[in-house]
Amino acid sequence: MTPRYLGKRILRNEDARLLTGRALFVDDVQLPGMLHVAFVRSNYAHGRLRSVDVSTARQRHGVLAVFTAADLGDYWRPGPLLVPPPPIPDLVFHQCTQVPLVRDKVRHVGEPIAMIVAESRYVAEDAMEDVLVDIEPLEAVVDLEAALDPAAPLIHEHLTSNVAAHVVQRKGEYERARAQADLVIRRRFLYDRGAAAAIENRAVVASWDARAEELTIWDTTQAPIPIRNGLAQMLHLLESQVTVIAPFVGGGFGPKIMMFYPEEVLVPWASKRLGVPLKWTEDRQENFLATTQERGQIHDAEIAFSREGRVLGVRDVFLHDSGAYDSYGLTIPINSQCTLLGPYDIADYESEFTAVFTNKTLVTPVRGAGRQHGVFVIERLLDIGARSLGIDRVEIRKRNLIGPDRFPHNHGIMFQDSAPLVYDSGNYLPAVEEAARIVDYDRFVREEQPQLRKAGRHVGIGVTCYVEGTGIGPYEGARVTVEPSGEVRVATGVGTQGQGHFTALAQVVAEVLGVDVEKVRVVTGDTRAFHWGTGTFASRGAVVAGTACHAAATAVREKILDLAARMLDVPKDRLVLSGGRVQVGDSGATGQAIELGALAVEANPLRGAVQPGSEPGLEATAYFGPDRGSTASGVHAMVVEVDPETSMVEIKRYIVVHDCGRLINPLIVEGQIQGGVAHGIGNAFYEQLVYDQQGQLLNASFMDYLLPTAADVPRVEMAHLETPSPFNPVGLKGVGEAGCIPTGALFAQAVEDALADYEIEICEIPLSPNKLHELIAKSDVRK
Amino acid sequence: MLLSDFLRQTLGLTGTHVGCEHGVCGACTILLDGEAARSCLMFAVQAHGHEVTTVEGLSPENAGELHPLQAAFRQSHALQCGFCTPGILMTLVALLRDHPDPSEREIRETLSGNLCRCTGYQNIVDAVKLACDATLPR
Amino acid sequence: MKPPTFEYYRPTTLEEALDLLAQHGDQAKPLAGGQSLIPAMNFRLARPAVLVDINHISELSHIRAEAGELSVGGLTRQRDVERSAIVRRLAPLLHEAMPFIAHLAIRNRGTVGGSLAHADPAAELPAVALALGARVRARSRTRDRWIRSEEFFAGLFSTSLNPDELLVEMAVPRLPERSGCAFEEVSRRHGDYALAGSAAVVTLDAQGRCAHARVVLLSVGDRPVVAEQVGRILNGEVPSAASIEAAVQAAASQDIDPPTDIHASSEYRRHLAAVLTRRALGRAFARASEILQ
Repeated sequence: MTPRYLGKRILRNEDARLLTGRALFVDDVQLPGMLHVAFVRSNYAHGRLRSVDVSTARQRHGVLAVFTAADLGDYWRPGPLLVPPPPIPDLVFHQCTQVPLVRDKVRHVGEPIAMIVAESRYVAEDAMEDVLVDIEPLEAVVDLEAALDPAAPLIHEHLTSNVAAHVVQRKGEYERARAQADLVIRRRFLYDRGAAAAIENRAVVASWDARAEELTIWDTTQAPIPIRNGLAQMLHLLESQVTVIAPFVGGGFGPKIMMFYPEEVLVPWASKRLGVPLKWTEDRQENFLATTQERGQIHDAEIAFSREGRVLGVRDVFLHDSGAYDSYGLTIPINSQCTLLGPYDIADYESEFTAVFTNKTLVTPVRGAGRQHGVFVIERLLDIGARSLGIDRVEIRKRNLIGPDRFPHNHGIMFQDSAPLVYDSGNYLPAVEEAARIVDYDRFVREEQPQLRKAGRHVGIGVTCYVEGTGIGPYEGARVTVEPSGEVRVATGVGTQGQGHFTALAQVVAEVLGVDVEKVRVVTGDTRAFHWGTGTFASRGAVVAGTACHAAATAVREKILDLAARMLDVPKDRLVLSGGRVQVGDSGATGQAIELGALAVEANPLRGAVQPGSEPGLEATAYFGPDRGSTASGVHAMVVEVDPETSMVEIKRYIVVHDCGRLINPLIVEGQIQGGVAHGIGNAFYEQLVYDQQGQLLNASFMDYLLPTAADVPRVEMAHLETPSPFNPVGLKGVGEAGCIPTGALFAQAVEDALADYEIEICEIPLSPNKLHELIAKSDVRK
Repeated sequence: MLLSDFLRQTLGLTGTHVGCEHGVCGACTILLDGEAARSCLMFAVQAHGHEVTTVEGLSPENAGELHPLQAAFRQSHALQCGFCTPGILMTLVALLRDHPDPSEREIRETLSGNLCRCTGYQNIVDAVKLACDATLPR
Repeated sequence: MKPPTFEYYRPTTLEEALDLLAQHGDQAKPLAGGQSLIPAMNFRLARPAVLVDINHISELSHIRAEAGELSVGGLTRQRDVERSAIVRRLAPLLHEAMPFIAHLAIRNRGTVGGSLAHADPAAELPAVALALGARVRARSRTRDRWIRSEEFFAGLFSTSLNPDELLVEMAVPRLPERSGCAFEEVSRRHGDYALAGSAAVVTLDAQGRCAHARVVLLSVGDRPVVAEQVGRILNGEVPSAASIEAAVQAAASQDIDPPTDIHASSEYRRHLAAVLTRRALGRAFARASEILQ
């Protein structure tokens, strides 16, 4: 049957609320008697906390309470390890998770030291200035390589070095490949830190109801259920006594995951202790210091080629910046390690990384979650190899792609979800060809570029590939209920931060039940409505929750058909669900039919008994837990023009050919990709968190940390290929992170090509006009 | 008290969002006497005697209809998380009043004063064009 | 990021405002557009005890063509300057530079006097004022004086205004016949402060020689910098690629000592100053000679 709703460009159910300013975000929550929280934070990156004097602050008019680590009693304890490292042989991992308030040692600027509760945020900030913090500064550990110097100061003094983890993964035997190679290239690649920079900062509102003994928390989290479960445990409450609501969340991009941030743990505790509702809303400065960040890797990589440009093997040794604590385990460096392989058939691969503690803000996944680092390394190596071998850049990629007949493709190494790295499906060559066709690669390189170069213009083109592991477990669930009104209610546990779950999940259910998408009301991110599941991250929301919705809707469909068949006295296989009704055959509007709402009433009888083996209501709950993730892939292409005098770059065209399996809603998918590309362009050229040698962040504002604007981001031309995932019945793959993964590599390739007459080599991202200028100025080719 | 806090906390008009409190992100943009302004860069007391329009004023709740620009935003999928959207709407409403048929370059230059992390801006540009088409006489 | 507490006054006449400034001395700050002061207060980097809100002193807001010069009130919104036909006619350089200032919503509030008095070395208005040889009028309860822009900018975020003085007006002289000007700037993103910028004003004599050339560079020092070498080399010369290049190189190497920050090194800024001055002078001379023909 042709789908009615799946794969259609259906307008979003949630838009009207958001457009009119009626949607509830956490900072919009106002409760009677609510007080406001601010945190006194460390000004030093590394130091011993000698004392905290809060006596003056406590005296200030309008201040209700001030807490330090000493006031927390046995509530003070290091936070949970959020993702345990996968079972990789000989893996070393030193667990050092973040603490709620500093007790003895500060390890990054912005680490919270004291918590102030006052009648307004204004008064709380005044009181922050009353707190006397005495810190004995220690030498800050900032540089990754210096951190490993035996003489470096120790960030966690119970360890013998600043090594957080060490992991080696191998497939085949790189030395063998190297021995057979016609060309070996070795380079060092840098990829520096960036911020997620959701426009909504974090916020937590907590309200303890002493009579009901219930705690309600509104939290800008991507994962409300794990937060509820964790807080219940920490506060010695039943899970049912704690409600966590993630209402509309103003962008996630990773750091709003179940971090158990100090603020997230302390605001509920203080509300319970003081018996008043409390609100803490992060400001932008705090967001730069206290919300987790990403990137920061140094790769020493080597690639072995045959004369024909076949990649025989790759060895990559890299350092990964963990920041001050490693609460999120090894997801990012393992993503880098696994994603390096891309769509390419690389027989021999050896990858070793050392994760390093530094006196900087914690590093956890941000859109892409380390995948872009691996892609940057392999794509740059291919470009450099292509140039050395005199092979076209698109051609060298085509020669190394995994063929369509080789799926599922097991790489024989471990992915971040503790399952082997297996590509479920893929078809890469058509994507490369389609991207080259759209950007008109051959003609550009043969005709347009030489002409423009003759006219003195510096235009360049690039084409890069990537593969993205998406839609990982453990699982999500959904409950689908037909209401007596005929509307369908869907409850699921994932939070939503703009991905259109209110529409995409509704489409999945609408398709199965034959109701209009607007008639499907999705409730998400509220533990009262559904309390099993994990959250929205790793490009998994639509894949895993979507499949659970599909399963639950399918079960409801069976109930509908069973009941309708009984009532209409016709066999089930003659019934059709359409337009919110069950009808017999194709009898159309005039035929025998029952509205779903009427059936729902019938299924919940006021008289008579529910038959043994059946349940009341048209409702079902189902879960989906994929054994392993599904593999999305894509090819990005770009045309740029560089002004070598000013080092400013203009993106002329940007093309994305993308395969995320079966599309639920192309409108939403395209939006996700466009946003990802913008994020990737930011990472490539605009955004970089700059720390000085004292571990001070030098650009902790939107004045100096540069998000790309509408004047910087180009129009994205897009094409979709659909290679359905065999791992779920709908064939879905994730898409949330795709847009930003190959962008840095692409930017480097295209800019390098534009400046071909300077023969520069770009081995560092983010780039900036200043860095580009240095490369151009250093070039002795065109002087 | 900042005007942004006054609108949100005192008046309960929480449609105006706060993203940076230093005038860069544009989420808190409102109309002050009809001109786009950052409500985080004004004190509430300064608004005394002036007309302030927030996103809530674009489509009165009981009217049930979206402003043409809001409708175009929905039609073009010009919002994702929706947090920056109210400020962007207010900025663009002022643009369209002064320039009923702006070029893509004009739209992008005006829009460059508002940060959006979700959309990549393209659909917002398209929404503005769509809103222009919709309001032009046919 | 909430501002500290302050006393707030809202005078409606200039006299009242000047009284308040005199009364509170360096405790007080005039609040005009607030587009730099309020963010600084939100970061608690500025904490004036007293704010004198001058936004309701209507006499401070005007754009007028006067004998020989353009007069712009201190409280005039940047957006009004941008849209003004008078400014476009009498001070095309000012008109050209306006869209580079931040973004529309900022220009709607930001004022001419506020930007000049803030004296950010990377800002456009101070550089343009200096390039055009503008004067500013400072009023206090006891004094009314005109300050040449050369004497006005005193250092990083610092001017020769006294705490009790208010910048009430900027006067821009009309350019002589056969003049041309151009503004060039490179910033990381549209609307950001310049990494470097160059404002050029040139006048040709009847024979096509350069009678007067003046270039002011922004974001290359602690204040807008007059590139003295440009006038020294070009005045009296027929402008040519070679003479412009000589002036550009001399200016970039001798007139400036640019700072390094996270966005641009000193060397890059110096390089940009040369590139942008070359472009600005090229366009300015082209415009002047168009008029000549």
